[in-house]
Amino acid sequence: MDASLKKSTTVEIVARANALFEDLSFAAAREWKAAKPGRKVIGYMPIYIPRELIHAADMLALGVLGGGDQLEVIHGDAYYQSYICRIPRSTVELGVSGRLDFVDGMLFPSICDVIRNLSGMWKMMFPHVYVRYFDVPQNYRDDIGGNYYVNELAELRHDLGELRGKPITDDELRFSIALYNENRRLVRELYAFRAERPWQAPAAEAYLVLRAGMVLPVEEHSAMLRDYLAAARAEERPRRDNCRVVVTGAFCEQPPLNLIKSLELAGCYVVDDDLLLVTRWLTADTPIEGDPLRNLASAFLHQSEATAAKYEPDLKEKGQHLVRAVRRSGAEGVIFAAPSFCDPALLDRPMLQHVLKDAGIPYIAFKYAENSGQMQPIREQAGTFSDSIKLWSGT
Amino acid sequence: MTTTFVTPKVAAAKEIVKDASMMKQKEMMAGHYDRLTSAPQIGAKVAATFVPGNLNELIMCFDLVNNLPEVNAIQNGLRRTSGAFVLEAEKIGHSEDVCTYVKSDIGMMAKGNMAPNGKKFPDPDVLLLSYTGCFTFMKWFELLREQYKCETIMLHTPYMGDGKITKNMTEYMVKQLKEEVIPKLERVSGVKFDIDRLREYLKKSVKAEDDLVRVLQSAKNKPSPIDAYFGAIYYIGPIFGAFRGTDDAIEYYKFLRAEVEDRLAHGQGPVTPDGDMGKEKYRLVVEGPPNYTSFRQFWKMFYDEGAVVVASSYSKVGGVYDLGFRHDPDNPLETLAEYCLGVYTNRSLPMRIDMLSRYIEEYEADGLLINSIKSCNSFSAGQLLMMREVEKRTGKPAAFIESDLVDPRYFSAANIKNRLESYFQMIEQKRAGALAAA
Repeated sequence: MDASLKKSTTVEIVARANALFEDLSFAAAREWKAAKPGRKVIGYMPIYIPRELIHAADMLALGVLGGGDQLEVIHGDAYYQSYICRIPRSTVELGVSGRLDFVDGMLFPSICDVIRNLSGMWKMMFPHVYVRYFDVPQNYRDDIGGNYYVNELAELRHDLGELRGKPITDDELRFSIALYNENRRLVRELYAFRAERPWQAPAAEAYLVLRAGMVLPVEEHSAMLRDYLAAARAEERPRRDNCRVVVTGAFCEQPPLNLIKSLELAGCYVVDDDLLLVTRWLTADTPIEGDPLRNLASAFLHQSEATAAKYEPDLKEKGQHLVRAVRRSGAEGVIFAAPSFCDPALLDRPMLQHVLKDAGIPYIAFKYAENSGQMQPIREQAGTFSDSIKLWSGT
Repeated sequence: MTTTFVTPKVAAAKEIVKDASMMKQKEMMAGHYDRLTSAPQIGAKVAATFVPGNLNELIMCFDLVNNLPEVNAIQNGLRRTSGAFVLEAEKIGHSEDVCTYVKSDIGMMAKGNMAPNGKKFPDPDVLLLSYTGCFTFMKWFELLREQYKCETIMLHTPYMGDGKITKNMTEYMVKQLKEEVIPKLERVSGVKFDIDRLREYLKKSVKAEDDLVRVLQSAKNKPSPIDAYFGAIYYIGPIFGAFRGTDDAIEYYKFLRAEVEDRLAHGQGPVTPDGDMGKEKYRLVVEGPPNYTSFRQFWKMFYDEGAVVVASSYSKVGGVYDLGFRHDPDNPLETLAEYCLGVYTNRSLPMRIDMLSRYIEEYEADGLLINSIKSCNSFSAGQLLMMREVEKRTGKPAAFIESDLVDPRYFSAANIKNRLESYFQMIEQKRAGALAAA
C-alpha cells in the first residue's frame, strides 16, 4: 500500500502534536524559518492577535505561552516578585536562554497589567526585536472602538510590511483571512465533536492538537485538525461514566497537560474550555469581500469570545457566555481553573459564579501554576465534584 | 496662617502644629464627605470614579458628587479597618491573590458601607469607569455594577506602549467622551453639558497644578522642605480627588506653596508626624505606592534615619504635571484625553525608567527605593528590571522592599526596617568610596 495514502491514527497525530508541545527550542518554527531566506517569525502571547496580518506578511505566527512544567526557570525568577503569576517569568526565561533567538518580533496583547508591562521589558531586554503592545478597544461601537481598532491594525500591518520589506496588500490579507476562517471552522468542529463524544476526543488530545497550531503554519495546522477529526471519528474508544464539565479561567497561563488529563481521569469529561482562545477568538467567519481591516475589526467587536480581559458593557450579559457554553455542550457543571495571581480570571470569578448559581449550574474552583506538579488534590476535588453531579444532579 | 492645637490620640499629648494648608484640607475633606453622605437628602447625584483618569472637571459639569473608592480604601487603611474588610471580601469568595483596594471596598460594602464621618455612603447613581493604567479598575467596577445595578460608563484609555500619544489614541478618547460619556452623564444627571463651564473648571485646574508643581519641585533644594512621598500623599489629595478644578483646590495649593516657600527660605526640612525632621542625611527617589495600614510607622523608619524622599512616582499616579502637562481650557476634551493617557501607570516601562533616572539626577538623590506592592501588578510587574536599569544608568544604589496597600498581613515592619538600614549603609559606603576616589 502506498504510504502516502495511509490515514494517520489519533495516536500518530497526537504523538506529533505532543512532540511539538514538548519542544521548548521550537525546532519546527526554526526549520520553517530556515527553509527559505528572508522568512520571519513573529511571537505572540495570549489571548488574541489577528494572526491573519502576520500570515499575510509571509511570516510565521508563533504562540509563546510560557514554559510549562518542563522548563527550569533560572533567570526568569530574578525578574518577578513571588506574587506575580508564572507565565511572564518562564517567558523571560525562554527569551534570556536564547530559545526565542530566532524570533523577529513579539506582540503583547492587551490582557492584563503583567503582560502589558512585559512588553516594555521586552523592548529593553531585546532591543533588536520588533516589539509591540497590541491594544484592542473596550468600546464596541463601529464608529468609535471600530475606527480606533482599524487604525491600530493598520499600524501593525504597516510595521509588518516594513519588516518584510514590502507592504501587505489587501488581497494577501483576504487570502490569509480565508485560511484562518477555515482553521477556526475546523477548531469549532473539533469542539463540537468533543462536546458530542468526549470519549472519542479526550481533552488532553484536543488540547495538544490545538496547541500545535501555535507553532505550525496555519495550512499545516488545518491539515492536522482535519486528520485528527477523521481519525477520532473512525476510532471507537471506551466510554467512561464521567460527568461533563466546562473548564474556564485558563485563557492565559496554561495548565500543565497532566492537570487536563487528571480532570478526565477523575471523572470529568471536558466538553468546552477557554484554553488557547486565539484559535477560535472570532466566533464566525470573517468576510473576505470588502475592506479586510474593517472586516477584522468588525469581527472583533461583534463576533468574538467573551473573556475576563474584555469589558462587558451589559450587566445582563455578564457571564452568560458561560451559561451558553454549558447549555451548548451539554455540560453538567463548571470548573474554575485559574492560574495563581491571575488578576483578570480571579477578579471575574465571583461574578461568573453568581451567574452560574442563578442558573442552577454547579461549579468548583481551584488555582494552578503552569508548573504545578502535585495533581492529587485536584484529582480528589474533581472526583468529588463528578460524584456529586452524578449523585445529586437529579434532585 | 498657623493654628496650634493638641490631638488627644497622640501619646504624651504631643503638640502638633498644623499649617493653614492642613487645616484647609481637613475642612475640605470633611465637607466633601458630608456632601457625599447627605447626597440623597439634598437631591444630589453621585458618580463613583477612579483617581488615575479622574475627570473631576467633567463630573462637576453635571453637578455630580464624586466618590473615589480607592480613596475610601486608603481611609480604611489609615484607620486600620481595611484588614477586616479584606477578610470579609475573601470570606464571600474573592481570591486572596487579588487587589486589596477592591477587597477593602467590597468588604466595606458588606459591612455597612460607612464613610469616615460615620454616615452611610450613598449608592452611586453612575459608575464612571474612566480608568487608566490598570486593568483591575475595569473588573472593580464590573463588581460594583453587579452590586449597585446602576449605569456604568466606560472610558477606555489606550496604553502608551510605544512611549507616545498617537492621534488615533486621542481621537478615540475624544469620540468616547463626546458620544458615550457626555450623553450618558447628561441622562443620569439631567443636566445639559456646557463646554464653557468645563473650560472654566479647567482654568482653575491649571492654577492648582502650577502650584502643586512648585511644591513638588521644591524638593530639588537641599535640604528639601518637603517629603515627596509620605508628605506628598497629603499634597496630592485634593488635586487627585474631588477638588481639581475648584476654588478650594486653588486656595489649598496657594497656602501650601506659601508654606513650603517659607520653609525653604528658613532652610527647614519636611514636617513629619513628629514635627520637623532632623538633619537631612539621605535623599531618595521612591517608586511604588506606600503601605497605608502602617503609614506612620513606615514613614518614621525614614525620618528617624534622616531620609527624605525628594521625588516619587506615586505622587504622579493621578497626573504627571511636573513634566509639563497642564489641562488646556482651549481644547477641553482633548486635554482630558491627554491627561488620562499621560498618567504614570499608563506609561510604558521604558518611560517610567527614564522618569525615575531623571528624578535621581535632577533631585540629586542618593538612590532609588522601590516599595513593591503585592496588590498592584500595574506598578509592580517589571520593577526588578526597572531597579537594575536605573542603577545602571545613574550609578546610584537601589533597594527593594515589599508590602501592600491596605492589607496589614503584608506589612512586616522588622523586615522592612532591616532592609532600609542596610540600604542606608550601602549609600554611606558608596559615598565613602566616591570620596576616597576623589
